[in-house]
Amino acid sequence: MTAKKLGLKQRYAHMTRGLDWETTYQPMDKVFPYDTFEGIKIRDWSQWEDPFRLTMDAYWKFQAEKERKLYAVLDAFAQNNGQTNLSDGRYVNVVKLFLTGISPEEYQAHRGFAFAGRHLRGVGPRVAAQMQSLDELRHVQTQIHTISHYNKYFDGIGEFPHMHDRVWYLSVPKSFFDDARTAGPFEYMIAIGFAFEYLLTNLLFVPFMSGAAYNGDMSTVTFGFSAQSDESRHMTLGIEVIKFLLEQHPDNLPIVQKWVDKWFWRGHRMLGLVAMMMDYMLPKKVMSWKEAWDIYFTEAGGSLFQDLARYGLKVPKYADVATAEAEHISHQNWAVFYQYTHAAAFHTWMPDKEHLDWLSEKYPNTFDKYYRPRWEMWAQMEKDGKRFYNMALPQLCNTCQIPMAYTEPGDPTTIAFRESRFNGDTYHFCSDGCKDIFDGEPEKFAQSWLPVHQIFQGACGGPTVPDVLNWYRLNNGADNLDYVGSPDEKLWNQWMAGAVKAAG
Amino acid sequence: MAQIASLTLYHNDEARPIIDAIIADNPGIRVMNIPGAVKLDCDGSLTVNRSSVEARLGRSWEPQELQLVLISMAGNLDEDDDHFTLSWRH
Amino acid sequence: MSVTAITPDYQKHIEFRDLEKNFHGNRLVYVHWEEHLSFCSAIAFPLPGAMPFSAFVDEVIKPHYAAHPDAGNIDWAKVVWMIDGVKTMPDMSKSLEENGMRHKSLVRFWTPGLNGFKGSAS
Repeated sequence: MTAKKLGLKQRYAHMTRGLDWETTYQPMDKVFPYDTFEGIKIRDWSQWEDPFRLTMDAYWKFQAEKERKLYAVLDAFAQNNGQTNLSDGRYVNVVKLFLTGISPEEYQAHRGFAFAGRHLRGVGPRVAAQMQSLDELRHVQTQIHTISHYNKYFDGIGEFPHMHDRVWYLSVPKSFFDDARTAGPFEYMIAIGFAFEYLLTNLLFVPFMSGAAYNGDMSTVTFGFSAQSDESRHMTLGIEVIKFLLEQHPDNLPIVQKWVDKWFWRGHRMLGLVAMMMDYMLPKKVMSWKEAWDIYFTEAGGSLFQDLARYGLKVPKYADVATAEAEHISHQNWAVFYQYTHAAAFHTWMPDKEHLDWLSEKYPNTFDKYYRPRWEMWAQMEKDGKRFYNMALPQLCNTCQIPMAYTEPGDPTTIAFRESRFNGDTYHFCSDGCKDIFDGEPEKFAQSWLPVHQIFQGACGGPTVPDVLNWYRLNNGADNLDYVGSPDEKLWNQWMAGAVKAAG
Repeated sequence: MAQIASLTLYHNDEARPIIDAIIADNPGIRVMNIPGAVKLDCDGSLTVNRSSVEARLGRSWEPQELQLVLISMAGNLDEDDDHFTLSWRH
Repeated sequence: MSVTAITPDYQKHIEFRDLEKNFHGNRLVYVHWEEHLSFCSAIAFPLPGAMPFSAFVDEVIKPHYAAHPDAGNIDWAKVVWMIDGVKTMPDMSKSLEENGMRHKSLVRFWTPGLNGFKGSAS
């Protein structure tokens, strides 16, 4: 007679609990020095729940299966020259932005969860954080593998790790993760596990990868959805963290609320890059940023915060402002890159008439009034041979590090300027959300490495634009500027002409 | 506002019997197709039953295998040997 | 101290990155042309405090905004200025410093009658 197989819940209990012990050579507080200074109070670590009940043996089994499937697709894509079947050569710029702006953050997330997995003293969250740490490492590796195929043909990709540490707009995601990783393990878990993974990651991955599928990028959609299958587990970890902290002690509520407010706003600002990608960069569009926001924040976030209200946790501060900004943010961001195209490691372009009409349809309240005239003016200038460039450096927000391009709530014709004084100096912000974050931790944000200021201080290779681009390892004339006239476009047109010729 | 329990799955051959089982077992479900994926929404709660999936798949299947085709979800998860349930109930 | 830190003497280790002394004799100045959002944000310059305001207008502001079709039509005598949130009439012959501009001051200006392409603030 064979022994009766254990049920899922019993198996999980056996394989995750009782693995820890009370240390005797050293006091527990010295072994786990990081999990008390943030003020979070934990009465009983054993109350931690992992509803996925994933054990390490099952984890390896499922992850190996996912990898096998992914690499079969990557091989097929490379073997069949999948890059020639994209919707348009412009599409690749989405992939460039992803590899330079997102993949290095997967690595940062890997490091952050490794830290949390080491320094939280409860065994349940440690197992979950360690699995997530491995997931994040898998994500960055598979992304680099996938996109390395594009690097054989297209510009702007090869120097992505170097660029991540230097290029002005990449300081936005870099500083986001630097901030999270220099916080304590509980803030990190709320920042990345809850605010980012649970509230916002759908906005990043689902429309992004669906967009890849729709634009013929079989390899990206496959790594994307493969990563995303881990994401559900991450989201569950995020929501369990918050429930656990709020159930453990009432004193945790104000601390957690402050983190939720902060990281929601920081995440919202960073995802503006995705907004621009969806509304402007995908040749074939899946849904507008506004539609994605309505589904994944307003609807999904609404259900979640209704649930968390029983603990006294409120909807993040300025969620209403963020929702109102969903009408504007993609247009304002693409305008930034359009005018600073000479300093970006991907190509930009003028939306054509069909594209403008799509934007009018998706943004009936705002596009024709505020943004269409801007594109029409610039289109006219292009036609007249005076393509518009901004040849000065932009003022940056001291918190999110994005050029201060966002407008006053309720007035899309006026830039929002906010400032604080600290230690005898002035600090500038793009919004009340970013100002509040600074005011909460001025000692930390007075140390922001703002790319524009660093250039002026002489820390970025020299005073001229070519000096700085060289320091970025940005290949001037190939990686940057408009898609039209780029080596990428030339190559794409050759492929298309070859296809037409072959078809007779 | 109704709280929505939601699952987003791959839209491929492997996920199809699971999607069919979910649609059959959750009355009132709303189905949204996007390129490469399908989003399934239900007011309050949404369940994947092992037996329903096995009946369509013609082999034994564990709810943990859902992870191979899962893209996203919303709701509090309760998973055991015979079901995978998302809900906003307590 | 507001920040929650594990390091007890955190304050001693703060690296203030953008102090005036780091800019080699210059101070940071931000300037923004209102109702002309073709320029996506205010623009930044490191400038000597002793620079006359007239030179700031002629050598910094004018060339950097010249690309806009409205630029040629500005009547500089009618420009409305705001320095650090206060509407003011700067003395063109005096320096930035004498006009009250410190490190990281923000100068906003309006050009009455000119409010962007087809009045759209673009």
